[in-house]
Amino acid sequence: MAEPILQVSGLVKHYPLTQGIVFRKQVGAVKAVDGVDFELGRGETLGIVGESGCGKSTVAKMLVNLERPTAGEIRYKGEDIARLSGKALRAVRRNIQMVFQDPYTSLNPRMTVGDIIGEPYEIHPEVAPKGDRRKKVQELLDVVGLNPEYINRYPHQFSGGQRQRIGIARGLALRPEIIVADEPVSALDVSVQAQVINLLDRLQSEFELSYIFIAHDLSIVRHISDRVGVMYLGRIVETGRDSEIYEHPTHPYTQALLSAVPVPDPEAREHRERIILTGDVPSPTNIPSGCRFRTRCWKAQERCALEVPALAVPAEFRYAAGPAAHDSACHFAEEKQVVPPEEPGRKEQAQEQAEE
Amino acid sequence: MLLEVRDLQVEFRTRDGIAKAVNGVSYSVDAGETLAVLGESGSGKSVTAQAVMGILDIPPGRITGGEILFRDRDLLKLKEDERRKVRGAEMAMIFQDALSSLNPVHSVGDQLGEMFVVHRGMSRKDARARAVELMDRVRIPAARERVKDYPHQFSGGMRQRIMIAMALALEPALVIADEPTTALDVTVQAQVMDLLADLQREYNMGLILITHDLGVVADVADKIAVMYAGRIVESAPVHDIYKAPAHPYTRGLLESIPRLDQKGQELYAIKGLPPNLMNIPPGCAFNPRCPMAQDVCRTDVPPLYEVDEVRRSACHFWRECLHG
Repeated sequence: MAEPILQVSGLVKHYPLTQGIVFRKQVGAVKAVDGVDFELGRGETLGIVGESGCGKSTVAKMLVNLERPTAGEIRYKGEDIARLSGKALRAVRRNIQMVFQDPYTSLNPRMTVGDIIGEPYEIHPEVAPKGDRRKKVQELLDVVGLNPEYINRYPHQFSGGQRQRIGIARGLALRPEIIVADEPVSALDVSVQAQVINLLDRLQSEFELSYIFIAHDLSIVRHISDRVGVMYLGRIVETGRDSEIYEHPTHPYTQALLSAVPVPDPEAREHRERIILTGDVPSPTNIPSGCRFRTRCWKAQERCALEVPALAVPAEFRYAAGPAAHDSACHFAEEKQVVPPEEPGRKEQAQEQAEE
Repeated sequence: MLLEVRDLQVEFRTRDGIAKAVNGVSYSVDAGETLAVLGESGSGKSVTAQAVMGILDIPPGRITGGEILFRDRDLLKLKEDERRKVRGAEMAMIFQDALSSLNPVHSVGDQLGEMFVVHRGMSRKDARARAVELMDRVRIPAARERVKDYPHQFSGGMRQRIMIAMALALEPALVIADEPTTALDVTVQAQVMDLLADLQREYNMGLILITHDLGVVADVADKIAVMYAGRIVESAPVHDIYKAPAHPYTRGLLESIPRLDQKGQELYAIKGLPPNLMNIPPGCAFNPRCPMAQDVCRTDVPPLYEVDEVRRSACHFWRECLHG
């Protein structure tokens, strides 16, 4: 991996649950994020996948300092930004920007596009002196593929995909090094999603950006990520290079998650093995002991209730330098292929069949 | 044929003009068959379904033409009270957002039982017993205890199961599911789609599945109708369409989705945006975004050409699309 630009260790966010009006006492906590570690290399894309409530958005908020961690460190170029305040915090924040999920609610309807994209300069005037801003904003509009003449229009005059481009332009305004994108395409139509993903790809190489890409859509995450972390109930349960996770998953949750994704190929319908999990995700106020996935796991044994599995290369793969040797938090990790392997000739074959 | 929609036209009158939401749509579903209606927002896929169910908001909506034949009766010619007997008992709908489709102030047991009280004239007590049975059917654990619970006490997947139970209560011949799993997580989506497929087989229902998810379609559909700007642009059995699409829009959609089993390079992106329904481009509505467009596409609306006995494509150049 390239030199890490961001190192996260032991990140925890607990929201206290209190009882009583006058004398508030804490009766428990929502353990939204419960010990997360990862590194992000320069110019790299780390994808974080997981289902709703797994804590992936809370991680995003802590990275851009919209939430303060309960414990843990977020090191940006070696400096712990979770404890910064005032001027030092402001300086760091410039370098880590966010793109939000919903392009309809994340843009102020009463501000023009120019004001929205230029607003970051109000807080960081050193990036663009006042007289320069209009020109800068127009450049940004051009970069994200919008007509620079639209600078005086309002958000409602744009489609969903165009609004997301505006959100991306705002994220780029301060020339950040890291962009945290939380479900940036999930609100968009299929044909528009591809445009925005390609834009993010292009911007990454143009501006040497590092991305944290958070999404629930596993196919999109695979497309854009170099490395992937799978989250479940506030923790990363498996992490590795994209091919390691998608082709050689060893954690049962990852296997179930991948097998549940419908593949757009009706031929695969019959010979695909699907792991259907039973039940729902447990409440984050009451996390199961030991392995947090054991209540839904078909492999769970006594040991799983007693010992918390560490996120490390499982013992059975440790000495085999293969794609299965990546971090997986399971006592009984074993490799299982759940995504049908890619057949390079499939498309051409289909074409021939159709022509017959 | 269980349901046959013929040349349906729906428009909406708005302050800014008339929006033609559905422009001559025809499709059919047989008992035990699954038709997937695929399209992006604004393609008219939900409006068509609402017209079939008879739950279109009129005004501003207006059905300006066409027929909806259900068991050989034209539903558009029925009086409202006759229509109401069909709705719920003979055809039912499952909505995307279970939380806002269920009534928050009544227990789920009351809401499920209401179907039997209203349509079958059952006593409240009998209806309650049927509600428990239904909840068992859709595999809700501890149904007997949970029948008194309110919608907010259930998880998203459980609420969607209750919606399904409600739709299936009177064993309708046709079920329309409008994005039934879009709001759910993948592992829960798989559970719910499995359940729906099992129940369909059991009751031999016709199912219309409205979705934008090409993966879900490949998993469950028998045939597909792809909609764009209020028209069907391609219809075909599911296997044919994924092998070789006969319309450039379908082809663009299939190529623009990232795949779980492939690490792609740059994605193919359909350029531009879906059209404004108040101002649909002349000729083929897809022509401004189409890589194959010629002069004729800008002037002549393509009819639904017969590709073979079971396939139709509304593209002047379907041959080129199919083979190129």
